[in-house]
Amino acid sequence: MAHLDSPVARRLQSVKNIIIVLSGKGGVGKSSVSTQLALNLYASSPTAKVGILDVDLTGPSIPRMLGLDGHGVHQSSDGWVPVYADGSDARLACMSVGFLLKKKGDSVVWRGPKKNGMIRQFLSDVRWGDLDYLVIDTPPGTSDEHLSLLEHMAPVHSRLSAVIVTTPQAVALMDAMKCLSFTRAVNLPVLGLIENMSGYVCPCCGEVSNVFSTGGGAEMARKEGLRFLGSLPVDTELVTLLDAAQVETEEEGPEKDGRGIVQRYGSTSSATLFKGILEKILEER
Amino acid sequence: MIAVQPPAEAPNPLSIPANAPEHCPGTESELAGKSDACNGCANQEICASNTPKGPDPSLPFITERMNSVKRKILVLSGKGGVGKSTFTAQLGWAFAADDRTQVGIMDVDICGPSIPTILGIANEQVHASSSGWSPVFVQDNFAVMSVGFMLPTSRDAVMWRGPKKNGLISQFLKDVDWGDLDYLVVDTPPGTSDEHLSIVQYLKESGIDGAVVITTPQEVAIQDVRREIDFCRKVGIRVLGLVENMSGFVCPGCKTESQIFKPSTGGAKQLAQDMGIELLGAVPLDPRIGKSADYGVSFLDEYPDSPATTAYLDIIDRIKEILGD
Ligand SMILES: Nc1ncnc2c1ncn2[C@@H]1O[C@H](COP(=O)(O)OP(=O)(O)OP(=O)(O)O)[C@@H](O)[C@H]1O
Ligand code: SF4
Ligand code: SF4
Ligand SMILES: [Mg+2]
Repeated sequence: MAHLDSPVARRLQSVKNIIIVLSGKGGVGKSSVSTQLALNLYASSPTAKVGILDVDLTGPSIPRMLGLDGHGVHQSSDGWVPVYADGSDARLACMSVGFLLKKKGDSVVWRGPKKNGMIRQFLSDVRWGDLDYLVIDTPPGTSDEHLSLLEHMAPVHSRLSAVIVTTPQAVALMDAMKCLSFTRAVNLPVLGLIENMSGYVCPCCGEVSNVFSTGGGAEMARKEGLRFLGSLPVDTELVTLLDAAQVETEEEGPEKDGRGIVQRYGSTSSATLFKGILEKILEER
Repeated sequence: MIAVQPPAEAPNPLSIPANAPEHCPGTESELAGKSDACNGCANQEICASNTPKGPDPSLPFITERMNSVKRKILVLSGKGGVGKSTFTAQLGWAFAADDRTQVGIMDVDICGPSIPTILGIANEQVHASSSGWSPVFVQDNFAVMSVGFMLPTSRDAVMWRGPKKNGLISQFLKDVDWGDLDYLVVDTPPGTSDEHLSIVQYLKESGIDGAVVITTPQEVAIQDVRREIDFCRKVGIRVLGLVENMSGFVCPGCKTESQIFKPSTGGAKQLAQDMGIELLGAVPLDPRIGKSADYGVSFLDEYPDSPATTAYLDIIDRIKEILGD
């Protein structure tokens, strides 16, 4: 069991809030919500310091989404240096297994114990510095990564909270329910539920059609006494942005300013909607 | 007679003793005896001392049981939510449409089993008999096994670490009374971890006929699928081909097609080319696929006119062709 003075506890001492983004089901938008949450927290004040940790070890999406594909992690005397998505401002720090891979197509084939070790290292060895918020993106399910996260962060449990993401289909809601049961079993406070990909605004007539139907999230939140944080419709602009946001940098080449993503995200319709979600999240904290 | 280990009682993964506190994680859970709820519980010491099992001695039994299964097909994807389970179900239904064909589906997504819901058998239970656990039947020639049948309610989370998941997968292979099967289709969770390694290891001797890899068109999905194909190469599994799902959205209103998940890096076509594998086909996003899955009915039967149905059937025919069936 983790001790109060464990390396993780010491490292996370300078982190004020830790928000874990969960969903039972895969592909519902955890990573895009984590990215958006981090970007919105970043924009919420000119001094806000935000970190984003990707513990999806076998399917890391955060580097691509923040346009940081191809970056590597550097070792300093005080631990691993995260990759900054806002260049020299260094207020948006990011860490992912994606930065440790040699080639983009390399698979990370790890069983549980190895994943556990990696997560412990991420939590104890990354030089985050002072952070107002650390957003943690997780893989789908309720297994090794999730249990390890909670185990290692037990000493800072009072600073942990979670956001659950779902899509409107029954199969996704069922998994979101499992995920909620998980948070209850491990005593993790839930800030609320987000319904993602809820409806699709037709590009030709502007009418909202229900690609994956809508409303199930709000309904589940009401039944379970959770706060409903909001819905995010399918946003094709966002898909393209998160897909192609990448700035090509050579391994050791001059660091290009990744600021593009911060500004480009600000002008999507999702960004406007996410502001409402962020307000609710900040109220809960 | 087939040599099988005496079947164990079908376990309840969440078994909770009567004297446990309200938020007991379950004695089989990895958090047993360790979660906050355990503090003060009378069983804490026993629960906490549960250690995971060592290497699996069940390989020969698995091989024995799998002798009566002709074809074993994996459905894989590195990315979550791309439609693996939906595809697995359609594959099952399409194979089982011929009533001389015996079909089995095994769901090794332990934390998020969706196969029972998609096949409309979510309320069924697994029973143990002298010849093993009996799978749940969708129809006479279509058997299914999933951890979903072992949970008291669908809200329950299975909070298991790797070794425990591996144990259950091995039991699914050796203790389930599959009988003679023409096809066993295995639905997997996203990623490349315990479940994937285990199924490959357990089935190594019996032989896996190949894997169908599913993706959606956008790069965020493609990059994970690239890793999955790399995994298949590493462990020596033949990739039968790639399926692009949710490729274009055809609005039921005016039939205009729009791209929700834009193939910003060339989509599955480019990926197939880059990796030297076959693109089996592309299935458009049809909202009725999701609805059929939620209601547990066969999309192929309900909407024979949808372009998605045609796409599915063409892909399935091609898979049979590749397998030489
Ligand atoms: N509101 C939305 N509108 C349109 N596309 C979206 C939306 N939210 C997410 N997406 C897209 O859906 C895909 C899946 O999202 P994402 O990668 O965030 O899911 P995930 O839950 O992290 O998946 P995994 O379980 O594989 O980690 C991405 O391509 C993302 O850009
Ligand atoms: S110690 Fe924990 S897991 Fe064991 S019975 Fe008590 S509450 Fe349940
Ligand atoms: S029917 Fe309406 S919503 Fe559907 S594609 Fe046509 S214009 Fe768009
Ligand atoms: Mg993700």
